[in-house]
Amino acid sequence: MLTFILQRLLGALLVIFGVVSIVFLLIHMIPGDPVEIMLGESASTTDREALRVALGLDLPVWQQFQQYLTGLLHFDMGNSIHFRRPVSDLLVERLPATGLLTAVTLLMTLLLALPLGIIAAVRRDTGWDAGAMTFSMLGISIPNFWLGPVLILVFSLWLGWFPVSGRSGFGSVILPALTLSTGLIAVLSRMVRSSMLEVLGEDYMRTARAKGLPPQRVILHHGLRNALLPVITLLGLQLGALLAGAVITETVFSWPGVGLLTIESIQSRDYPVVQACVLLISVTYVLVSLLTDLAYAWIDPRIRLGGGQ
Amino acid sequence: MRWRLSVLVPVLVLAGWALLSVFAQHLPLQPDHINLESLLLPPGGDALLGYDDLGRNIGDRMIVGARTSFLVAVWVVSLSLLVGTLLGTATAYHGGWWDRVAVLFVDVFLAFPGILLAIALAGLLGPGISNVVIALTIVGWVGYARLSRAQVLSLKHREHVQAAEALGTSKWRIIRKHLLPLMLAPLIVEATFGIAAVVIAEAGLSFLGLGVQPPGASWGAMIRDGTRYMLVAPHMVVAPGVAIFAVVLSVNLLGDRLRDKLDIRMMSEEKNRS
Repeated sequence: MLTFILQRLLGALLVIFGVVSIVFLLIHMIPGDPVEIMLGESASTTDREALRVALGLDLPVWQQFQQYLTGLLHFDMGNSIHFRRPVSDLLVERLPATGLLTAVTLLMTLLLALPLGIIAAVRRDTGWDAGAMTFSMLGISIPNFWLGPVLILVFSLWLGWFPVSGRSGFGSVILPALTLSTGLIAVLSRMVRSSMLEVLGEDYMRTARAKGLPPQRVILHHGLRNALLPVITLLGLQLGALLAGAVITETVFSWPGVGLLTIESIQSRDYPVVQACVLLISVTYVLVSLLTDLAYAWIDPRIRLGGGQ
Repeated sequence: MRWRLSVLVPVLVLAGWALLSVFAQHLPLQPDHINLESLLLPPGGDALLGYDDLGRNIGDRMIVGARTSFLVAVWVVSLSLLVGTLLGTATAYHGGWWDRVAVLFVDVFLAFPGILLAIALAGLLGPGISNVVIALTIVGWVGYARLSRAQVLSLKHREHVQAAEALGTSKWRIIRKHLLPLMLAPLIVEATFGIAAVVIAEAGLSFLGLGVQPPGASWGAMIRDGTRYMLVAPHMVVAPGVAIFAVVLSVNLLGDRLRDKLDIRMMSEEKNRS
């Protein structure tokens, strides 16, 4: 197990180093002079030089990279040009909103996707199955930036049940979370269905039924428990899509999280903030994938034995 | 494939999308014509889909938007397929250090959640349709590289490949004649789903203001413009939304059908990482 953990940790570290490098290079991909783009053409030469030095753009690239890495290790991601404050402060301010949104989305997803997938599998080839899978197909195909406005129109503007945008009280998280979870529910319920279908055919399920256990217990205790393994992996992998989707969903609902900050800073050409946001979201994703891998190996010994060799 | 309704309808939707896009330039459209008397007018009369906030014909703009999404989808999927497949196949077949570097490279790109890197790239490169294609290709090639890598790893020890190697066939010829034809089916399925992903991504970037710039039309940008007038003119949001939804749903339905038809099981993670 230890070898397995070390192997995965090392892999994750390498990937994070790669991610950091690409995020660092992003600012060098801007066509033309980034300082001029950030400040506009009317800025004075002194201001430009000041920003160039502040961003470290006057140094050779490898030295800039070294500085960037040293800064990151001290949680120093530079200063926001637009807000004139440390980027790390901005992130700390915005993280709780994204955290809340993600947590509620995950909760909604599990509460809806599990029953949907289980019913579709247990009542295979019935109207239930067809209905659940149609819903799933629709959910995959509907874009967040359309579903969001439609939900706002119906539930906020017409019915007045939820606030239109922003973060005020618990009700305000419902619509963004619903928007964000739709795609995830669609993917996950399909996975639960196919995973359940596989498990339902197993011998131990027949045994469980044969010894007279109530159907609910057979399905939930014997079936779901075994069917959940691939579902956990998928959930870990899908979290990346969820975090990226949060960028658009937060914009639709003016939800004051890291996603909205990303877009705001792209629009105001606040590149240090863009870098930091992309880095934060990607590294979170790498860490979650790592945790999923480890959790999976912990739950299912077959993985770690295979992987550790 | 029997021509059931569930196949026929998606095929018709996609054919319509493609045809409109290809012939958009030859149609008598006035997508940028501003008609101040028709501001926000709902569907009916001379405009089937009504007018937008500047008094422009939404129907005409929808067709130009179709062209935008179609062109971006075709370019991005073709480029990603080409780059990803070549890289994945060549490094996996060659093996050794090249392969390890390629795997790390792919893993790093996969670490960026989906559209996030595209948003950042499009934002940094500046708006415009060609930058959207570049950004989405940089994000898109990875999936094909990973898929073709997994394919090559499972194929390269097959007997017909070993026979070709024993005969002294060149590596490039083996890849071309003995590997790629067998890898085609899963790649086609992946590319089909890729079209749906790119259509949503392009619309998403345009929705965020990072795609096609005014006065050019994109379904995503039309949704963004429409959200400001949702109470008075919901028709502005409905048409582009339904169009994206119809195209993506059709692609997904056909992709599912194609996958069942070609009998491709999802590649397991373990296989990809080995």
